[in-house]
Amino acid sequence: MLRDALLLQMGYNATLVALGAASLGVAAGATGTFLFLRKRSLVSDAISHATLPGIGLAFLVMVALGGDGRWLPGLLAGSALSALAGLLCVTWLTRHTRLAEDAAIGAVLSVFFGAGIVILTVIQTLSSGRQAGLETFLLGSTAGMLFSDALTLAIGGALVLALALLLRRPMIQVAFDPGYAETAGTSVSRTDFLTMALVMAITVVGLKIVGLIMIVALLIIPAVTARFWTNRAEYVVALAGLFGGLAGYVGAAISATAPALPTGPIIVLIGFALFVVSLLVAPGRGVLAAGLRYRRFQRRVHLRQGLISLAQGQPVYERMTRRLLLREGFLRADNVITEEGRARAAKVLRDETRWQEVRRSDSLAPLAMQDNGMTDIASVLTADQLAEIDRRIGGPKRVTA
Amino acid sequence: MIGAEFVALSLPPLLIGTFAAIACALPGNFLVLRRQALIGDAISHVVLPGIVVAFLVTGRIGTWPMMLGAAGAALIAVGLIELIRRLGRVDAGAAMGVTFTAMFAGGVLLLEQSDTSSVHLDVQHALYGNLESLIWLEAAGWESLLDPVALASLPPELTRITVTLVAVVAFIRLLWRPLKISTFDEGFARAQGVPATILGLALVVTAASAAVAAFDAVGSIIVIAMFICPPAAARLMTERLETQIWWSVAFACLSAVLGYVLAGYGPLWLGGQNSVSAAGMIATVSGMILAATALFAPHRKAS
Repeated sequence: MLRDALLLQMGYNATLVALGAASLGVAAGATGTFLFLRKRSLVSDAISHATLPGIGLAFLVMVALGGDGRWLPGLLAGSALSALAGLLCVTWLTRHTRLAEDAAIGAVLSVFFGAGIVILTVIQTLSSGRQAGLETFLLGSTAGMLFSDALTLAIGGALVLALALLLRRPMIQVAFDPGYAETAGTSVSRTDFLTMALVMAITVVGLKIVGLIMIVALLIIPAVTARFWTNRAEYVVALAGLFGGLAGYVGAAISATAPALPTGPIIVLIGFALFVVSLLVAPGRGVLAAGLRYRRFQRRVHLRQGLISLAQGQPVYERMTRRLLLREGFLRADNVITEEGRARAAKVLRDETRWQEVRRSDSLAPLAMQDNGMTDIASVLTADQLAEIDRRIGGPKRVTA
Repeated sequence: MIGAEFVALSLPPLLIGTFAAIACALPGNFLVLRRQALIGDAISHVVLPGIVVAFLVTGRIGTWPMMLGAAGAALIAVGLIELIRRLGRVDAGAAMGVTFTAMFAGGVLLLEQSDTSSVHLDVQHALYGNLESLIWLEAAGWESLLDPVALASLPPELTRITVTLVAVVAFIRLLWRPLKISTFDEGFARAQGVPATILGLALVVTAASAAVAAFDAVGSIIVIAMFICPPAAARLMTERLETQIWWSVAFACLSAVLGYVLAGYGPLWLGGQNSVSAAGMIATVSGMILAATALFAPHRKAS
């Protein structure tokens, strides 16, 4: 069943939804990355909630003009306008009052959403016969998605994606160093506004399918997920697009397999699952990798301290140190140091003496700052410098203990 | 307007709305100053999965299971945000965004999966509550306020939100000094021996309880609005925390009363026949107040 869905064998509507959701996911993931790198992810929350009054007002205007009121492009235009108003309010409040951005975001999202609900209740009482079904914009709906809807998603997503890729340089520059960007001739406020405009466009495009509350997830989660895998901004953008697209596609496919699996939430949860997996297993920034790194470091410290103790003729009681020394073959079970251990201990002691000499030296002392107690001296000093140090401290000594 | 009908139909929702607004605005003052304003947003989104899980576990819509479920979800969300922030080295905003959207999605999915058709539990209700329906059937007029039999049939939401409000006031009153110090200078607070981390967590828990109790009665949208708008507006009125608290309470009351009245009677004045959503209107009025203070208040600019 799921295989059929993933291979687009579940019928026309399911195929449309899967392709539409995938293109939305790619565009949202890539665009959201710029927001995330700028550390302003939650502005998207304000933008998405601010679409609601626009949808309601657009409906009212279209009805007043004698139209149907449910004409999708009209509703989306209304939602874009009110999202823009919300965005301007956030920017204005942050810039012209003492309120911090988070307070401005919260104020705008709650007030616009509240106003939107007031307008929705007005619509409900106005024309009960023409039930607008505008509530679907809250949680999204893919039931009865038309070819034109999927096309809107694909074209809108592609357009936003193209713009985002075109503008990626200034956006990344501003995200990493706004001060430098400003002096380099990139207007920070204009670039920020462009980023937000792209986010707004994605929000409007995605409203119908995942709804205004969960579009935020598509903008934030893929970017955070991608960040675990790489340190290069361009790769983060590409990976976020990939993860977003994957979540959209797989989510839509899964939701097509049963009636009680709403598309929006499933897409979000697939995205979240990708996030959790990345958080755990990503190399470098993942939890597992960090744990392993910690463990490796801990072993090195124990081994080194144990060798120093042995070299100075002191017995080792600490259990982990003893175990490591035994395993490496530096210590015999009767607590006698082996020949191999003697050699290694001599080297550790010698490096320690070398560092002390480096610290005493006038010209090399600054380099000693790089020693954290575990640093390999050969990685800091050049061969010539090392030879000079060795000349001063004399040849290697045998550990006698 | 002021008669038996008012006592029965309008007084309970008015009181519930006002108390909910104050209960949220009070901790909101500290959240706004600590730049944690969006914790309220996150909490109010995760209340939905909490309530759904509570319903699935107990199989009925009870007050206590729902309150506990919502409070548990709020705590889990706060813990998850902190975990993601620390483990993943992600900034607070993004960690929050990941957590609450995923939990909200989980809530919606559970709601669709489970058979809740027999009970009144849906997303719309969770978002904007149903303040208008909290009426006092037994009330015959003002004298009912002294009649124990009639009082017993007051909407239970009123009792709950009153208790919550008292608890919130007590929390802030008792821990006033440490709260104030740790809000403005956490390092200094620690040096003075204030357990700032625990205090911060206690503040979030208080905010969550206020959110849950208010949510029960008025829906989550008012909760976010009241956490942020009255304190933010009050922040623009004064430089003193004490004064700010009083302003925020005043703004919260004004939003609740004016919002309720406008929602109930506004459309009638304009020639309409039906009222509009009170919760939405209260949020809107609080936004108007914030807009007015942002334009004219004495301390709107950073000094």
